[in-house]
Amino acid sequence: MADITNEFLLERLQEQFGESIKSSEVSYDILTLVIEPSSVLHMLTWLHKDNLLKFRFLTDICGSHHPDLKDEELCVIYHVQSMENNIRLRLKTFVPIGQPDIPSVTSLYSSADWMERETYDFYGTNFTGHPNMTRILNVDEMDYFPLRKEYPLEDGTREDKADQYFGR
Amino acid sequence: MTTDIKIAEAPPGHTGEGFFATSLDKVIGLARSNSIWPLPFATSCCGIEFMATMGSNYDLARFGSERMSFSPRQADLLLVAGTIAKKMGPILKQVYLQMAEPRWVLSIGACASSGGIFDTYSVLQGIDRVIPVDVYVPGCPPRPEQIIDGVMKIQELVKDESLRRRNSPEYKALLQSYGIL
Ligand code: SF4
Repeated sequence: MADITNEFLLERLQEQFGESIKSSEVSYDILTLVIEPSSVLHMLTWLHKDNLLKFRFLTDICGSHHPDLKDEELCVIYHVQSMENNIRLRLKTFVPIGQPDIPSVTSLYSSADWMERETYDFYGTNFTGHPNMTRILNVDEMDYFPLRKEYPLEDGTREDKADQYFGR
Repeated sequence: MTTDIKIAEAPPGHTGEGFFATSLDKVIGLARSNSIWPLPFATSCCGIEFMATMGSNYDLARFGSERMSFSPRQADLLLVAGTIAKKMGPILKQVYLQMAEPRWVLSIGACASSGGIFDTYSVLQGIDRVIPVDVYVPGCPPRPEQIIDGVMKIQELVKDESLRRRNSPEYKALLQSYGIL
């Protein structure tokens, strides 16, 4: 069996999901696609079921915040791997910060449960259909999403760090 | 008889033929300060330094503290060694509440004392935001000698503490400021 290359993978995916793939690039040897939020679950299910590609391992789900992209402020990134074919794939999808809804993939990967909760915890993305969309790492009373860029990195309650010691 | 066992010095008082008189405060202070039962609350790297302090090289047992109490109900001294995440704050407070009076707190290291290098959303910026602290030991991490020095400072406090301090309005106000009582 011939190795599955990024080009071949892109071709297969474009055949199946032509219009929902917004752009594609290869970064660090991993094919990276930007796709519509609504097609995430379909695409991952198809990749999982496909008898040739066999993307059956969800490596990670994480988020990022891009305040400058209007209506595409929050990004959710999925990494999947096909162990059998030794190839990885990265999917990115952007949602507006005002309504950060994105379908959960917990129905496909149980491991997505905590990963999606973590992404919610830090960025506030709302995974619809998740069985328990609550914070996982931060204190329950926290009323903001700390990795969004509008929040300062330093804790506001710190008292012993006078600005003069840091040249500011 | 020659011996190298060190005996604690008697408090000032009146000695005479077959009697010694001093105030009860001082006797109790002397006994307490040489038999402090510590409860280690070690959460990260400073905890390793604390382990060395308990080990045979530094040997905290020399100060009457060989009995680590892993139940807060039988502990006199809470040793907080390490980073306290905000999520850990309520647990630390609960442990403090479970300790019986009189109780003392030693904050070991920069993290426990002020948040240390972790000036960030997830870390409590000093345990004195949730419980009152008696002695702070600086350092990241402090050497075992420093921790021992901190414990000896606590011993000083214990020795000289008035028996009525815990009933005083100042102490009650202090606890109230932490929402305890
Ligand atoms: S003060 Fe330094 S050594 Fe101690 S817990 Fe914090 S980071 Fe670790």
